[in-house]
Amino acid sequence: MLAMNYRGPRRVRIDSKPYPEIKHPEDAIIRVTRSCICGSDLHLYNGNVPDTRVGMTFGHEFIGIVDQIGPEVHKIKVGDQVLVPFNIACGKCTFCQQGLYGNCHESNTQASAVGGIFGYSHTAGGYDGGQAEYVRVPYANFGPTVIPPDMDPDDAVLLTDVVPTGYQAAEMGGIQPGDTVVVFGAGPVGIMAARCAWLFGAGRVIVLDKVEYRLEFVRNYAPCEAYNFTEMDDPVVFIKKITDWMGADVCIDAVGAEAAGSALQTITGRKLLIQAGSATALHWAINSVKKGGIVSIVGVYGPTDNLVPIGNVVNKGITIRANQASVKRLLPRLIEHVQNGILNPKAMITHRVPLEDVADAYNIFANKLDNCIKPVLIPSTKS
Amino acid sequence: METIEEKAKDYSHILGWGIDADPKNDPTYPIKLRTDNEQTGHTWDRPEQQPVDIEVLRSIERPTVSAVFGTSTPPSGLSGQIRRFAFRFSESEYGHWLPLLLADRVNVVEGIVDDFRRGRVPNIFAEKGMQADWKYDRNGLIKKVLIGAAITTVAFTLLSRNKRTRKR
Ligand SMILES: [Zn+2]
Ligand SMILES: [Zn+2]
Repeated sequence: MLAMNYRGPRRVRIDSKPYPEIKHPEDAIIRVTRSCICGSDLHLYNGNVPDTRVGMTFGHEFIGIVDQIGPEVHKIKVGDQVLVPFNIACGKCTFCQQGLYGNCHESNTQASAVGGIFGYSHTAGGYDGGQAEYVRVPYANFGPTVIPPDMDPDDAVLLTDVVPTGYQAAEMGGIQPGDTVVVFGAGPVGIMAARCAWLFGAGRVIVLDKVEYRLEFVRNYAPCEAYNFTEMDDPVVFIKKITDWMGADVCIDAVGAEAAGSALQTITGRKLLIQAGSATALHWAINSVKKGGIVSIVGVYGPTDNLVPIGNVVNKGITIRANQASVKRLLPRLIEHVQNGILNPKAMITHRVPLEDVADAYNIFANKLDNCIKPVLIPSTKS
Repeated sequence: METIEEKAKDYSHILGWGIDADPKNDPTYPIKLRTDNEQTGHTWDRPEQQPVDIEVLRSIERPTVSAVFGTSTPPSGLSGQIRRFAFRFSESEYGHWLPLLLADRVNVVEGIVDDFRRGRVPNIFAEKGMQADWKYDRNGLIKKVLIGAAITTVAFTLLSRNKRTRKR
């Protein structure tokens, strides 16, 4: 089968790999019909996540058709069209029982902080991902969810990560009616977080980014105020100024480790890799939120140390909430929202690329060429 | 005598302990569902263990191999040795993460050597997706190529000059 193959920072290619094996009685093999490249894949692509091994296949956002099931799989059957949450979760451990599916304790041996994630380095379990024709899916009784027959596959594939992550970002903000919400980053997750902030009753939604076409997109899609931070002397002062010098009630970091905007953070976090990625967006979030406000973090950071302004967190009395989205917990509600037309995820897909051209797709997305918002890879064996 | 561990679990000496606990005022509510099993420890009904038939490195912060694990690319070669070393340290130590990052860089060289050994010359232009640059960012690509060529020329000139000085 064909699969994306990581060869080193900013070098990927398509290669032939063996068809995946059932390794556990609750495994399934899924024939991928669509997989996305995610902003967080770029941390892997750039070589910023420790224990990203040459030869791995990335891809944690995918849907497909069940091709084979292990002897203990009862909840799905061969031929079912399923969407697969990016978190690998057992459904049984203490954390899964609490709905914290991003924190499962039975899916990652290599780290205790993070659960298993498809195609996301050995730090997240060493699983090959879905940027391939076939993929092994563990705990197939739990994660994979049959796609409703009336649902567009382009919507379904975004329900594996982008939509729930954006939604949970807003949910973790504890937004109260009328709140001013600032979202840092107008990538797909930031766009979705801005859209969802309204669902929780926000009174004003503001998005900051540095790429003009993304700002234009989020203005139309969310709909919200969107500003280019490269045109500001200081984004924090800017937010204070437009919020009557109080700061925002809720700030959402939808950027994570690749943040631009601070030379010190870029050098130490993105170039030298001596901290867990650049924390610029998080700095801005902490410093622009109102005293007593809430900062919600869904941007991905590596391990382990960060230059984070913790003194300001204490002095301002900020609540910080952060997690990988618990996709499975949110799916029923989000499927409903998509079916009722409240959310329209597929509108974010700008590029449809054959799986064979994966290297070009990564380059286009990473370097924001051709006004790319969200690329989808399509294996030629789909039908 | 109560041991320290027992004392830490006994809150009777703390006046008013837990009196204001209110799930509705919990910052993790409703993100986390309360199960009342939170304090029972490592006691859940574990899923069946995937057979450990490849080398899988284990964080020293957990007692067992997780019931399932990925089998993507087991540690191998020099990078594998560095990774094994890294897993002697906990996730809160640089001793864990910096060797892993070093191993990743070593692994890239191993990957190129491996390609050549299999009689394959890696097509860097294609792997970097530069066809997309040619299509959507031609000026940027030309600039990159020119800068690359300039650096190579300068380096080459310096090196050959050094050689010449040494000969003298
Ligand atoms: Zn993702
Ligand atoms: Zn679990």
